[in-house]
Amino acid sequence: MNKYLMICGMMLLPLAYSHSVLATAAVDELLAEYRSAGATEFSVEAGNTLWLQEFQDAQSGKMRQCATCHTDNLRNPGKHARTGKPIEPLATSVNPKSLTDIKKIRKWLKRNCKWTIGRECTPQEKGNVLTFIQTQ
Amino acid sequence: MKKSLTLTVALLIYLPYLAADDNERVTPVRNEQYKEECGSCHFAYQPSLLPSRSWQRLMTQLEDHFGENAELEANTQKTLTDYLISRSANSSRDKLATKMMRRLAKNKIPLRITEMPYLKHEHDKIPDKMVTQNTEVKSLSYCDKCHTQAESGSYLEKDIRIPGYGQWEEKAEREESEKDDD
Repeated sequence: MNKYLMICGMMLLPLAYSHSVLATAAVDELLAEYRSAGATEFSVEAGNTLWLQEFQDAQSGKMRQCATCHTDNLRNPGKHARTGKPIEPLATSVNPKSLTDIKKIRKWLKRNCKWTIGRECTPQEKGNVLTFIQTQ
Repeated sequence: MKKSLTLTVALLIYLPYLAADDNERVTPVRNEQYKEECGSCHFAYQPSLLPSRSWQRLMTQLEDHFGENAELEANTQKTLTDYLISRSANSSRDKLATKMMRRLAKNKIPLRITEMPYLKHEHDKIPDKMVTQNTEVKSLSYCDKCHTQAESGSYLEKDIRIPGYGQWEEKAEREESEKDDD
């Protein structure tokens, strides 16, 4: 029985591996880009802090944070704050498609930093957040 | 002979309904890029629900898209604007689009589909409790909350299901509100 489980596990290993490689390829490229733009060491902790930080929207006065739409558990599906449209989980552990498309990552980081913080994120902040998401 | 007569009669009876169906239907969205870029945040509204002039203006102010940031890369923005304009209410042959255009003043450039006079007129008998006060609907902007087949381009009355209220029939509702008045 144990042997059987082990074989199963070994068969699944390449699958898990390929997913994480796929996820890192796009992120690695972006991290390299951020580094050449002046960013230094990226930190999961700093990413996590930014993820949970609340910012006041200048127009509505309402508090906003990443979790407003994505919830505080990245393995859960989120919901668009305005329209309620479902958002797929960002955690690569449950959504292998997450962080694989470099264009998508660029687009959403730009839009969502502006929505949440009121400005574009710095290369350092973007790198921290991506590093954090990857660990989820 | 008898069979074909029955068929003809059936067709003659059914034809007006078919035509009526056509009046409440628009060409569905088949552009995958549009579905992806616009439809990931909200219902992918069919281009024939707004005139070209509206799409043109809307697409140049995506940084403030009704309070949301919906910025696109320049080339994506151009491609999607071209798509929307080529199938807009004034470019389309959809009967519903023609009707919507007919009611719209020439000097008006509505940015919301809910500002289209035809749409306002079509929804004016629906009580607030079913839309704005209905937590599952909230606004007329969310077409597909009640128009269950909206994605396929159907806005037919038979496909309407209002969350918490079910089917919508204009006549039945009017009678109910008259009863309320007594």
